[in-house]
Amino acid sequence: MNPEAIRDKVAIVGMGCCKFGENWDKDPQDMIVEAAYEAYADAGIENPQKQIEAVFCGAQYPSKGTAEVADALKLYDRPVSMVVNYCATGTDAFRYGVFAVASGMYDTVLVVGFDKPKDRGVSGPSVAVTGVRGLPATPAGWFSHVAARYFDTFGAGREDLARIAVKNHHNGTLAPKSMLKREITVEDALNARVISWPFGLYDCAAQSDGAAAAIITRRELAKGYRDDFVLVRGIGISLSADPKEDPSFDFLRWKPTEAAAKQVYAQAGITNPRKEIHVAQVHDCFTLTELLAYEDLGFCEKGSAKEHIKSGTFELTGELPVNTDGGLKTFGHPTGATGVRMIYENYKQLQGKADKRQIKNATVGLSHNIGGAPQACGVCIVAMP
Amino acid sequence: MVGITSFGAYIPYLRLPLAAISGGKRTEGGPEKAVANYDEDALTLAVAAAIDCLRGIDRKTIDGVLFASTSYAFKEKQGAAIVAKALDLRRDVLTADVGDSLRAGTNALRAAIDSVKAGSAKSVLVVIGDTRMAAPRSALEGNLGDAGVAFLIGDTDVAASVTATHVVADEIIDVWRTEGDPFVHSWEDRFVVDHGYRANVKEVVAGLLKKQGLEPKDFAKLVLFGPDKRSHGALARELKFDPTAQLQDALFGQVGNCGAAFAPLQLAAALEDAKAGDKLLLVNYGDGADAFVIEVGASIEKQSSRRAVRWHLKRRGEIPTYDMYLRFRQLLATEHDRRAGAGLSATKHFRDRDYEVSLLAQKCRKCSQVQYPHQRVCFSCYAKDEFDHVRLSDQIGALKSFTFDNFAGSPNPPLVATVTDILGARLYVQMTDANPKEVKLDLPVEMTFRKIHDAGGTPNYYWKCTPAR
Repeated sequence: MNPEAIRDKVAIVGMGCCKFGENWDKDPQDMIVEAAYEAYADAGIENPQKQIEAVFCGAQYPSKGTAEVADALKLYDRPVSMVVNYCATGTDAFRYGVFAVASGMYDTVLVVGFDKPKDRGVSGPSVAVTGVRGLPATPAGWFSHVAARYFDTFGAGREDLARIAVKNHHNGTLAPKSMLKREITVEDALNARVISWPFGLYDCAAQSDGAAAAIITRRELAKGYRDDFVLVRGIGISLSADPKEDPSFDFLRWKPTEAAAKQVYAQAGITNPRKEIHVAQVHDCFTLTELLAYEDLGFCEKGSAKEHIKSGTFELTGELPVNTDGGLKTFGHPTGATGVRMIYENYKQLQGKADKRQIKNATVGLSHNIGGAPQACGVCIVAMP
Repeated sequence: MVGITSFGAYIPYLRLPLAAISGGKRTEGGPEKAVANYDEDALTLAVAAAIDCLRGIDRKTIDGVLFASTSYAFKEKQGAAIVAKALDLRRDVLTADVGDSLRAGTNALRAAIDSVKAGSAKSVLVVIGDTRMAAPRSALEGNLGDAGVAFLIGDTDVAASVTATHVVADEIIDVWRTEGDPFVHSWEDRFVVDHGYRANVKEVVAGLLKKQGLEPKDFAKLVLFGPDKRSHGALARELKFDPTAQLQDALFGQVGNCGAAFAPLQLAAALEDAKAGDKLLLVNYGDGADAFVIEVGASIEKQSSRRAVRWHLKRRGEIPTYDMYLRFRQLLATEHDRRAGAGLSATKHFRDRDYEVSLLAQKCRKCSQVQYPHQRVCFSCYAKDEFDHVRLSDQIGALKSFTFDNFAGSPNPPLVATVTDILGARLYVQMTDANPKEVKLDLPVEMTFRKIHDAGGTPNYYWKCTPAR
């Protein structure tokens, strides 16, 4: 294996993202078109039917599959494929696009991530049990399983989680396309009703509808689209055993994040993530998921997250700002779109187009998704040339 | 001599104070009844009693299972076969259900004794469970309770021999329940007591004593079914037994009339206190009556590790409201109907029976890692198809993690979801019969067979953990 095989070979030349939220009045087609046409305009693509050579889509709950994207965008008679990989779906769709371009087969590829969970009539994920062994499928119930032992081992607690929620609520107020725009306090978070201990309402991400899109091309061709293109420095996916069945699991980390980060740091040649990465979008389906990501991605030592939360390392003004657009928590979480939305935020940050939430001199950005039980993780590093 | 070689009991953790039914004030130590949790039914109570009965006994020695109940969920689909699978018994085990009568439990005991006597089996397990319901706030409701009890019948190491039996069959409309009706009904109580209960019991006791040349004073205890406390005591007196010294406490106001398990549960309690040489008279009523002379032997002293009745009476938690009880019984409509959904895939259930019903894990022959659920390739050393089965249901586990899930639509939120480590295998299981306050990391837990839901309209069983007590 050659970990550097794709480093800096693929450029992002256009991106788009619809407004995330409970988009009752929009169908998936509306959101896909909004995201893709913003990306077309951003890349200066005027004739997508001619210019887009292949499409990679990601959706966790598609109703029709690839046709939803092809029909919406009238992109027929070319490859259109769909990826499903839990909450890493969007990142994985992007990864397929990157490899398709890096192989030299296609010059210009469209990646679309989308999901429309709010058409299912429930306020959260649907709770359904088919067999007898699976408990009611609530992601809060799965992701909270590390809490008791992590808290017990490292002395962290609900206040540390609350600070993450407060940070992401603040950042979300600065992102025009975010779903929630409301500041909260630590007390608000601590006093909210408990969903699945230790997660209160404000520890849980806002499930929403949305779509995001990217146009990617070979680095050599990028200049033809724009000067401030952004390179893909590394992208990886890793799958681990269901942590509830894995006999070796210690309930202090999420293994897939550690494994995916190792892959991607090798691709990107990163040895000191906190210094070498300037802005990061990490998966905060729940506040504790973000806390573990700080450690599992190597931003800080295992067990030290609570000190960094207190000192503000990951705030907009901190050493390594995390979830600058509000994260899943307030930007929203349409599963298939989320990974692409994170790349969108990093792309805007590196281009200096992040307005009030702009991080100064950011040239390397990381995005991270983890999903399922959780078993699947995707990590992507983008950078200015 | 044929008789009882082991016995066990199970009384549900939850108690419903009778004051909660009437809406009156609860008093400490006031009358109550044992009620099945929302995840328990007649079959799970019977399995729990059987687990108590089989402590320290090699389950592969059991030749037959008789399951007795008047309230078992299926009209067609054998309960005894589920019990046998849940207990991980041999494939060539004789199974049969006995039902439809308050005497179902003693009918099963008699059948087990006869089959061992006849030499067709060496060791037969009789499991009895009942969760009968009367209409909410009816006169009968406060009288009924839920419980399970189990006896192992054999001819070696007999703790209590059954030396004589007698039976009377009768046809009378006293208590009944028809198919599709969730509630037991009764004719006017004085008629039922005088012409049903008293008449039949007097006849069967007189017949047995006469046949055996015995008198009431020959017995240490009379173990007697009773429709209510007053008639129970009055009939004992009428039979010339001393209600204070000789009559076994029927647990009115503690457990309640637990149907087919009622007289057998009292027998288990009597055996707990019995001494070698004691004679017990067991008398059950229902569509007639039957009576058994039971002689306690020396090996009763060896029977000490079980929980039986006394332990379960002490282990109790109160159900906080009558509404919650009605929700548990699905007598109040709720947002999350446990009967909703398509139900289990029978083919998937068929493939997963060893893991989901018998709770077998796999132990790797190469690296000894125990793992769950079913795997083809070892989690630890990647050996392929190198596994032996190991039974987890009778092991003590420990909580690796837990959460309290308010989102999961439990009839009694929060749902306590755990990852439980048993012998190194990890099981994602619910916790039941627990106060959230006692849930902590590394808490020792035992496994209990429960109804996970009623999707598709049938009870769907699996295991949960509960704090080891």
